[in-house]
Amino acid sequence: MRFHAEPIEFERQPGSGAPVWRGRAADAEDWLRFAISVHRHEGRLCALWGSDERAHGAGFRVHAVFALAEGWQYLTLDLPADNPVYPDLSGIFAAANRMQRATFDLVGIRHDGEDQRPWLRHGGWPADWFPLRHDAGDPPPWENQPTDYDFVRVGGEGAHEIPVGPIHAGIIEPGHFRFTVVGERVLRLEQRLGYQHKGIECRLAGADFAVGAKLVGRVSGDSTCAFAWAYADAIEAACAVTPPPRALAIRALLLERERIANHLGDLGALGNDAALAFGLSQFFRLKEDWVRLNAEVFGHRFLMDTIVPGGVAVDVDAAKIAALVAQCDEIGRAVKELQRIYDAHSGLQDRFLTTGPIDTALAQELSLSGMAARATGMLLDARCHRHGYEPPPPWNKLAVRPATAETGDVAARAAVRFAEIYESLRLIRLLGADLPDGETRCTVSPVPGAAGVGIVEGWRGEVIVGVQLGPDGRIARCHPHDPSWQAWPALEHAVLRDIVPDFPLINKSFNLSYSGQDI
Amino acid sequence: MLALLKRIAKTGIVSEPTPEVGDMRREIDRLQDEVLRILGRALTIREVDAGSCNACELEIHALNNPYYNLEGRGIKFVASPRHADMLLVTGPVTKNMENALKIAYECTPDPKLVVAVGDCGCGCGEIGRLFGPNYATVGPVEAVIPVDVKVPGCPPTPIDLMRGILAAVAKNRR
Repeated sequence: MRFHAEPIEFERQPGSGAPVWRGRAADAEDWLRFAISVHRHEGRLCALWGSDERAHGAGFRVHAVFALAEGWQYLTLDLPADNPVYPDLSGIFAAANRMQRATFDLVGIRHDGEDQRPWLRHGGWPADWFPLRHDAGDPPPWENQPTDYDFVRVGGEGAHEIPVGPIHAGIIEPGHFRFTVVGERVLRLEQRLGYQHKGIECRLAGADFAVGAKLVGRVSGDSTCAFAWAYADAIEAACAVTPPPRALAIRALLLERERIANHLGDLGALGNDAALAFGLSQFFRLKEDWVRLNAEVFGHRFLMDTIVPGGVAVDVDAAKIAALVAQCDEIGRAVKELQRIYDAHSGLQDRFLTTGPIDTALAQELSLSGMAARATGMLLDARCHRHGYEPPPPWNKLAVRPATAETGDVAARAAVRFAEIYESLRLIRLLGADLPDGETRCTVSPVPGAAGVGIVEGWRGEVIVGVQLGPDGRIARCHPHDPSWQAWPALEHAVLRDIVPDFPLINKSFNLSYSGQDI
Repeated sequence: MLALLKRIAKTGIVSEPTPEVGDMRREIDRLQDEVLRILGRALTIREVDAGSCNACELEIHALNNPYYNLEGRGIKFVASPRHADMLLVTGPVTKNMENALKIAYECTPDPKLVVAVGDCGCGCGEIGRLFGPNYATVGPVEAVIPVDVKVPGCPPTPIDLMRGILAAVAKNRR
């Protein structure tokens, strides 16, 4: 299959996951041309990573996942071993910038653009040592010294900088924000992330499927189901395996429970950041009820290690389904009541409305996905039918109704979260009422040398996992991609019309992952 | 406003014994009373995420929900290590956070307590092993700063966390 008359021939990957077509760019020009074509057709750059293929006589490889209306295109470009340079995509897709810089830090393959600042390497290892090269060996002796970072400076009368982090004031993950302000008004925000970088991709190299599932399930603790499912999809696509229908339905049940848990927590925190502590207490109580039932039914409060390649490691009986459905009714009623209070609370609405806005054009330009993109009116959800796109099972049977809002501000992101809670409650009821019988897991025999990509609509947005198996059938290279890569730059834009004290509220309305993007 | 008040009245005080949580409820009360008895005053905690996946942080957040109601019993999280009696640290400590963690420790006034949280922060269990030292991580919290008490788990439950906090306070008093 070809897309938009581009010369690259694509082939649909097997498995039961989201529709992914695989293709190889013959040269740098094809790579660049395809990216331009995707951009012209309102597509997105979803992920970009690199790999070292020299162990089996090749050079290096750069991998990218693009999205068009029909589904996702997984494109690779082979690079020579002696001069691994590829065309910079950041002029076409702004999202490429940080991903390309991280790719250099880890694999040592360079884009030919201007911004060559390190992203994940802060001085913890030498600049000429690349952890994901097959011959990297143990890290050389090295004094861990934090390096300076070349922030973009803003001049002018009265302009000054506020540095924040890496340790933030609350119970949050670490990251550094450099605000340039005049008075209270934000002129510019530049983020420096990577503080949570723990070398997960390095740990994944050589892992078996089970260990891989545990590692990928801990890329971002609040999205363990989304990551574990995307990983399982990638492995299943590589090994051409389709899990039993019951497993897929239970995966959906778990994913929707994860979505609701996070939305409940964030709606509470949003109330709190607008000085309505009532909201925090109420929503946190509901969230606690929710995760306690997770522990009772599935054995883990955040549902870790429940989704595995080939299916699921948990099962539900009629009594458990009844408990899940009964809780949906209870939580649904409480959230409706709380939404009425939020909507009628003038102090809260005053802080929510028009704060931290982004529009559809910007969301499109930044390849944004998920809840924040839908809050600008973009109808983008991997679980939903749309023109040219048929969602994978079990979503194709559920007719998921995506939630959108128009204004792209904090209020819109709160409104989308409320709507998504109701929709996920409906989906859980539907899944519970008609759970297919049969096995919950099938055997997955490794196919040496095979590759696959899994894509799952997590609560934040599109979670992508790319997997490449080695000649021994173990994981040779695995890249887990969090939607926060694309959303962090959106936050830099969202704060520009507002004042510094609005930042915590705007930040919380996105609630992006540090660990997920730092990997 | 009326709806809000009605909701508050209807919710009641969930921190009091409630039938559906049973034994767990009594355990929470007992732990909280212990902290007050041992300390006789408020305890302030500075949480430092030095490399976790955020799951430990979610459970630390939960300590402030109305069920566990940590703040209601005089244990509160503060914004600066200079205001803290205790550091609650999650890991594995990344190379990129090693320096910041050391600075936070130095800024915490003596006598200070450190509680390491989670299998990664404690360097135990299967997950602690999978997230052991590599080019990007130093290892468990104790590889960087002295640790008084470890709270393993992936992530530890809020009850485990409360027990760990109490254990650190009790140990310090002896």
